[in-house]
Amino acid sequence: MTASSLSADGGHGAVPTGGVPTGVPGSGSMRDWPLWEVFVRAKRGLSHQHVGSLHAPDAAMALRNARDVYTRRSEGVSIWVVPASEVVASSPDEKDAFFDPAADKAYRHPTFYVVPDDVQHL
Amino acid sequence: MSAEAVATYATRLGDDALILAQRLGEWIASAPQLEEDVALGNIGLDLLGQARTLLAYAGEVEGAGRSEDDLAFLRDERDFLNLQIVERPNEDFGVTIARQLVFSTYQVALYSRLQHSTDDTIAGVAAKAVKEVDYHRDHAAQWTLRLGDGTDESHARMQRGLGRIWPYVEEMFVTDDLECLLAGDGVAVEVVGLREEFDAYVDAVLAEATIERPTATWTAGGGRRGVHTEAFGYLLAEMQHLHRSHPGASW
Repeated sequence: MTASSLSADGGHGAVPTGGVPTGVPGSGSMRDWPLWEVFVRAKRGLSHQHVGSLHAPDAAMALRNARDVYTRRSEGVSIWVVPASEVVASSPDEKDAFFDPAADKAYRHPTFYVVPDDVQHL
Repeated sequence: MSAEAVATYATRLGDDALILAQRLGEWIASAPQLEEDVALGNIGLDLLGQARTLLAYAGEVEGAGRSEDDLAFLRDERDFLNLQIVERPNEDFGVTIARQLVFSTYQVALYSRLQHSTDDTIAGVAAKAVKEVDYHRDHAAQWTLRLGDGTDESHARMQRGLGRIWPYVEEMFVTDDLECLLAGDGVAVEVVGLREEFDAYVDAVLAEATIERPTATWTAGGGRRGVHTEAFGYLLAEMQHLHRSHPGASW
């Protein structure tokens, strides 16, 4: 499996896209709508967080759909939408090489310093 | 100014919102995409919120002890004072979007003026609702542009949809004696004065969407007097049967 056959479609991390039926067979107009990943900022000062994904015909409608689907209970003050096809995802097959080497390197955590008593809020 | 006139006026506005909310609710689980189910459902719920406040107020001013539920579920067809445009069947997405474009543009013009009503409740409802209907109008305009300037099929559906709705446009701008009376006291707004703003907005959207403005060969009327189209009885039957079969049911 190559990296190009994976995407972050659906907001569930890397998933294979080849050979997976999507949309409704025989309903071309529905399948034409691309998927968008939605990021919402809950309030000023926080960063945008990924909240999910949706279908929309274009960017302007994706923003409006995101407003309706993800902020209807006052969840946000700002929305980003990103074409899901533009998200490059890491591959499950590379998981060992990507993530395992970090598991036994405790020295990368900043826990080996003596913190002076006067320092607050650490 | 009589309380009866204010109650009637609030009922008119409330019925418009209530009936359109019911129509939009029919799209849930049937829209072209799940996202549109939610969008149209949200718009319907905004309208339902307006309807609840307005009908509760109508009942209060009337002073006969009728609640918002009594007014929504226990009146018969001839007692509803909504415009006929809001009761028209959804048909397809093109017709629904055409109705949304026309009616939300009308509501933006109306509510933006009613914010300054001398009646505190009506002014309050309008001030809150004007932001909601502004979004409804944007939603409809965005879809009108995409359908009108989309494929041959979507263009044809949008053009047909507007043609189906256009005979019901004139009725929205008819000012009758009751409205004149209340406008004199600053409670109501004469809808005849909204036409210019309505035409300017709708014409601009239609031009960009490459949709021709239809010419109505006949015009509807009578909704404000309780005269309705055949489709309305079926809508009421569906909307009211649960409450009438199980009075006071809740969950």
